Amino acid sequence: MRTVTLGLKSLWLHKLRSFLTALGVVFGVASVVAMLAIGEGASHEAQEQIRKLGSLNIILESVKPPENQSASTEQRSMVIEYGLTTRDMQQIRQTIPGISIVVPSRYITEVIWNFDRKADGQVMGVLPVYPEMRNRVVTQGRFFSDLDLTAHRAVCVLTASTAARLFPLSTPTGKAVRVRNFYYTVVGVIEDETRAVGTDTSPSSGGESQAQILIPFTTLMDQFGETFFRYRTGGFEAEKVEFHEAIIRVGNADEVESRAEAIRHLLGTNHKKEDWRIIVPVELLKQAERTKQIFSIVLGSIAAISLLVGGIGIMNIMLASVTERTREIGIRRAMGARQGDIVVQFLIETVLLSGAGGLIGVALGLAIPIAVSHFAGVTTVVKAWAPTLAFSISVITGIAFGIYPARRAARMNPVEALRHE
Amino acid sequence: MADNAVEPIIRLTDIRKVYRTGDIDSQVLGGISLDIFPGEYVCIMGPSGCGKSTLLNVLGCLDQPTTGDYFLGGQNVAHLNDDELSSARNRNLGFIFQSYNLIQQLTVVENIAVPLYYGGKTDREMRQISEKLACQVGLDHRLNHRPNQLSGGQQQRVAIARALSNSPLVILADEATGNLDSKSGKEILDLFDDLNQQGKTLVFVTHDERMVERCTRVVRLRDGLLDRDEPGARSVARPKVAA
Ligand SMILES: Nc1ncnc2c1ncn2[C@@H]1O[C@H](COP(=O)(O)OP(=O)(O)OP(=O)(O)O)[C@@H](O)[C@H]1O
Ligand SMILES: [Mg+2]
Repeated sequence: MRTVTLGLKSLWLHKLRSFLTALGVVFGVASVVAMLAIGEGASHEAQEQIRKLGSLNIILESVKPPENQSASTEQRSMVIEYGLTTRDMQQIRQTIPGISIVVPSRYITEVIWNFDRKADGQVMGVLPVYPEMRNRVVTQGRFFSDLDLTAHRAVCVLTASTAARLFPLSTPTGKAVRVRNFYYTVVGVIEDETRAVGTDTSPSSGGESQAQILIPFTTLMDQFGETFFRYRTGGFEAEKVEFHEAIIRVGNADEVESRAEAIRHLLGTNHKKEDWRIIVPVELLKQAERTKQIFSIVLGSIAAISLLVGGIGIMNIMLASVTERTREIGIRRAMGARQGDIVVQFLIETVLLSGAGGLIGVALGLAIPIAVSHFAGVTTVVKAWAPTLAFSISVITGIAFGIYPARRAARMNPVEALRHE
Repeated sequence: MADNAVEPIIRLTDIRKVYRTGDIDSQVLGGISLDIFPGEYVCIMGPSGCGKSTLLNVLGCLDQPTTGDYFLGGQNVAHLNDDELSSARNRNLGFIFQSYNLIQQLTVVENIAVPLYYGGKTDREMRQISEKLACQVGLDHRLNHRPNQLSGGQQQRVAIARALSNSPLVILADEATGNLDSKSGKEILDLFDDLNQQGKTLVFVTHDERMVERCTRVVRLRDGLLDRDEPGARSVARPKVAA
């Protein structure tokens, strides 16, 4: 303890020098803690999104194939037929083992009305298991039931943002919304769709938060049929899509990837065009984890380098300090200090320096993510081990880079040290 | 030495010190045998380069003789390892240097306490002892000053207090008055007289002829050998030395 006060005194004697020396460690530790928090936050967000898609799910989407340039100029009004078909669904059900359910859905892009309030968006025809399959929570009322489905009822569920837009002042349940000339009774509200990073080219995205209402699949088929017309500059364009999306649930988590491979193969032989897409959340999750690993390795290297630089800075200053204090060392040795006492004295100084630098660095490193998430709206996650690790490494750096100067100080010949000018 | 009343504090037997620079050996001490008894005030004198400081370093356990034995307070310290030497210095020796050698970042009291610190004394003991000693050397009004706020004479007083703090067997000094003007040099010499009167054993290397008048014994070296060993002006009856 007395040696600690002694070390503090020596450091205090050269306040500016000590501060500048510790600065290297401060920035090293701060950057490590901050980057880890930001990186952890980013991957946390990505993983949350992917998890929402469901780890047992395989999601198929219809994709409009790249437009054939000559065809579209010759015939401005043609029916483009693409996407997942009933045949695909049947074959998946019949030939691929270990699949518990296949949930297809269809989307229609339309304007949704509540009297004079409107929202551009999608009408999705889905099955009652949809919320469970996509991990979307019904926040108000209920989702439609099997009865609604079999009876082809005109009921709908709004997404939270759509509900807020169409019914800003009242609860939507029990009221009706209009699409074209069809009216749907709102039975519930469901949370907005979260999209995994890298999958946002699906037809459901586009605008920031596109309005969305979900209606029974059967009702949609009745009212809108299989062909969907859309007005485009220069003419009408018609698309015929049987299913826009299908969610396939695999019974066993271990089988998801092999089943996905089988479905890829199946669809590959069925479709000549690239008019479908497969999203396997488990694969995405693994990919995200790999990315995170690489990120961690890169961060680790940066951390190592910055702490190395900080450590070298400390060592440099301590060597200078040892030379400068040769006389003091000689005096202490003459007064009975053992080599070990001198080593401890100098080591404590470096550890105090690097430890103080580490503490300030941790504080700074915790402040930066808070500022970032406050001003940039990015999620940051500070894992308790990160600051602890960074701090311990800074102390270890102090010891590692302090041991040489300290030993050098201790090994000095007392007679020569006393003669030193 | 069966019927000897007084044991020597220091007994050197045929101490040799050889420095090796490159391939050339130069013998700085050529076989010195010397006994120093409690209460003696010994001046070691001789021309420059004759090996006085080298001898004092050996006496101070700062340097090991190449050959020979050195008994300090009955313990042969010629073959101790570094840690044992450190502790021998701490327990038995007090040092006074020509250039004071105070630690600049420490106050007067803290400087005096340095040997106590390595002697494992508590903070309280350190403070008590060093304050008492500071008063004894006439620095009671400078307790918390730093060395650079003191005159040379005052700094040397601090160094003397520091040399006394561990109640060592012997106090060693190399040119203790060398840096001081005649007035403050005289004050320091008076202080040494007091210490010797109190029974402290002093072994001083010096060029200062005034010291010869005050000491009890003068040892003259020449080319690394004992040239003459004669009583000083204040010599008392030498204790009988066993053959
Ligand atoms: N580390 C060393 N290596 C080699 N030779 C040394 C070393 N230290 C001292 N010497 C030599 O030993 C001799 C005695 O040196 P010492 O310092 O003991 O002399 P001194 O009697 O104290 O002289 P002065 O009165 O000038 O202080 C000198 O010739 C010096 O060159
Ligand atoms: Mg000398």
